[in-house]
Amino acid sequence: MSFYLVQFLSGLATAATLFLVSSGLTIVFGVTRIVNFAHGSFYMLGAYLGWSLVERWGSTPLGFWGAVAVAALAVGLLGALMEVGLLRRLYRSPELFQLLATFGVVLVVQDAASWIWGSEDLLGRRAPGLRGSVDILDQPFPLYDLVLIGLGPLVLGLLWLLFNRTRWGTLVRAATQDRDMASALGVDPARLFTGVLFLGSALAGLGGALQVPREAVNLHMDMAIVVEAFVVVVVGGMGSLTGAFVASLLIGQLQAFGILVFPQITLVLVFLFMAVVLVIRPYGLLGRAEDAPPTAASPGPPLIAAAGAVRWAPALLLALLAAVPLVAGDYALIVLTEVVILALLAASLHLLIGLGGLVSFGHAAYFGLGAYGAALLVKHLAAPMPLALAAAPLVAGLGALAAGWFCVRRSGLYFAMLTLAFAQIVWSVTFQWYGFTGGDNGILGVWPADWAAGKAAYFWLTLALAGGALLLLRRAAFAPFGYTLRAGRDSALRAESVGIDVRRHQWLSFALAGSAAGLAGGLYAFSKGSVFPTLMAVPVSVDALVMVLMGGIQTLSGPVVGAALFHLLETEAMSRTDWWRLVLGTIILVLVLAFPKGVAGFVRDLWTRGRDA
Amino acid sequence: MTAQPLLSVRGLQAWYGRAHILTGVDLAVGRGEVVALMGRNGAGKTTTMRAIMGLLDRRSGAVAFDGRDVSALPPHRIARLGLGYVPEDRRVFTDLTVEENLEVGRQPPRDGAPHWTPERLYGLFPNLAEMRGRRGGRMSGGEQQMLTLARTLMGNPSLLLLDEPSEGLAPRIVQQMADALRALKAEGLSILLSEQNLAFAAAVADRASVIEKGQIRFEGPMRTLLEDEAVRRAYLAV
Repeated sequence: MSFYLVQFLSGLATAATLFLVSSGLTIVFGVTRIVNFAHGSFYMLGAYLGWSLVERWGSTPLGFWGAVAVAALAVGLLGALMEVGLLRRLYRSPELFQLLATFGVVLVVQDAASWIWGSEDLLGRRAPGLRGSVDILDQPFPLYDLVLIGLGPLVLGLLWLLFNRTRWGTLVRAATQDRDMASALGVDPARLFTGVLFLGSALAGLGGALQVPREAVNLHMDMAIVVEAFVVVVVGGMGSLTGAFVASLLIGQLQAFGILVFPQITLVLVFLFMAVVLVIRPYGLLGRAEDAPPTAASPGPPLIAAAGAVRWAPALLLALLAAVPLVAGDYALIVLTEVVILALLAASLHLLIGLGGLVSFGHAAYFGLGAYGAALLVKHLAAPMPLALAAAPLVAGLGALAAGWFCVRRSGLYFAMLTLAFAQIVWSVTFQWYGFTGGDNGILGVWPADWAAGKAAYFWLTLALAGGALLLLRRAAFAPFGYTLRAGRDSALRAESVGIDVRRHQWLSFALAGSAAGLAGGLYAFSKGSVFPTLMAVPVSVDALVMVLMGGIQTLSGPVVGAALFHLLETEAMSRTDWWRLVLGTIILVLVLAFPKGVAGFVRDLWTRGRDA
Repeated sequence: MTAQPLLSVRGLQAWYGRAHILTGVDLAVGRGEVVALMGRNGAGKTTTMRAIMGLLDRRSGAVAFDGRDVSALPPHRIARLGLGYVPEDRRVFTDLTVEENLEVGRQPPRDGAPHWTPERLYGLFPNLAEMRGRRGGRMSGGEQQMLTLARTLMGNPSLLLLDEPSEGLAPRIVQQMADALRALKAEGLSILLSEQNLAFAAAVADRASVIEKGQIRFEGPMRTLLEDEAVRRAYLAV
């Protein structure tokens, strides 16, 4: 009995940290409507800063808590700085661009932290006066964790007072609901938002700094926490502080007891829970429909099929690419093969985002399913390459068909979180099912057939298959299927009222996008000769998202341009410097600030403006 | 009308995306004057108000308020100069209580403009006094319209931009609204109100400007408009 009580208490301590971080996230999202990936980075910075300051001052209780407070405030200032220097310039950009910008910040912070603090795990000193433990029914429990448990409700109470009993809080709630109206009443939204970013980031920093006595500080803290915090925010209901609190408690307990009950699927549990909650309660536990974020992709100008000479550009590009092996060496061909594969991955995601208005945070799942589908056939059944390659889109398509059935029942950020949940489920199963998938050892020896073994031959094969798939996707965009998708994106209600089954079209597009991504995955598996669970992990989904956004979602060529740009930049930066994240992040930030419509959108604007003039 | 009007608009143009909505609007509101901006649906009344308030992405032309050029200022700066905007779609903050809605509008007292407190406004709109703690989302359309007006008054404006205050309201509420506007006028407040309801406009306005297809087609005393059937038929009849 006492063992369970202690387990329960440690679940509460986890919940307190989760709540600190996710309350900040939900506040920032509520006001700015920005999905702030950098929130996890602020948590990590809070931990690193906290570590440094605690090392210096932490020998006395006053010094320790002072260090925690200073770390939180410093991180809050960084958040405010990000608002002034970056987000403020992007409030009128599509929401996805803001997301891309915050992802650039993630990359920059990663390398900055690694540069300042190194890549080794840092173990912090424990809180003076709270080093011991208390016996709870004869079981020892750390005193420090008890303090954390008390901190959660305290912060919730203070935040409630701030938002309900102060003028600042009232203005924030007003601006959250209607930014334009608040500004027409004399409220300066920009200053309010800076304050909100300060508060939200400081909460993340506080959560991070409080971890110093509990766990090692390292460079992986950012992504781990931000995904969990998103889950909490979505389960609790967007914009609901109490909801975030309740969700933190539930997820804390799920983690504390899940490891006892289902040690095999610990990684899946949280996401399974979120999927179940979203299917039963569409807006989270305490969320309301009116707080739901709008569809993330805003309606764009109509797609225009290229006319005149431009119409032949894709064919010309294909011909040019096909001629490359005549002049290029093996290394260039390997990189180029990857570019073509990623172009297909990005284009398949663009079908969802650009045409369907459905932002997927978990597209890597289908890339990975394709890769694993092919690799498993080779490994377990010794299937020949053509068969394995044919199976890749099939496996991924079936997976997408199953996941899509659930996902398209929700829209906006909820859709995105469901796709993330399914991707994480697929990833965890692959990661933990050693007997079948090889777990994190992956599957080796997935080589192409002899006739396609040469770099040039495999490049041509990739070009033919991926090129064909790209043309099919383009065809779908200009077919009635594409029109209905776009109609559903721009106004689901109006589309339904003229008799379109929007959900069914979205479901089909999800399956189509999934199988195209699966083909890309299959091609990728044979090009590398191996597959690993990382293929379907969050970073790949984010990379695909970045490619689409870099190219711009308003053109069909965008994802292809974005994939090429992203992959070449990444490869180039990685080969030249250890600080490639810093370089890539900076480039993303500059691109976002310079081309708020994406590179391809910018070029098209120049083109049409040139013709208009 | 004094030599320099409180609000003067010259050659105001505005766009929604690529659509060119206002092609050149000229308007003037003198101190203490009530001007009705009349016109059919889609003539550009709301766009004019939003453009004056700085709520549109793309606008051009001269807008001077109290002798100051405000054509390049963001909305909150314009509001802080004493220009109060009441939108037609009654955008009350539905999550906030009546008291909190008023608090959002509150600004420091201003010279030359009536000073409003929640208590004074509850006197003007007795309905609101009975529901101070009620959330905006749980009020009727008429009550919301009163709250929107009261909320803007909390900024102690010297000029009100009032977009279709009588739209969609029950006749009894329209009467209350007209009474309230006359009371505000008596306090010395200047008002530019957009209307389709000629009777309502006639009951409160001194002068009228008629807008059609993004331009002002008639400008003169309210009485002239009432008597000039040709203008009414050309620009107002449905």
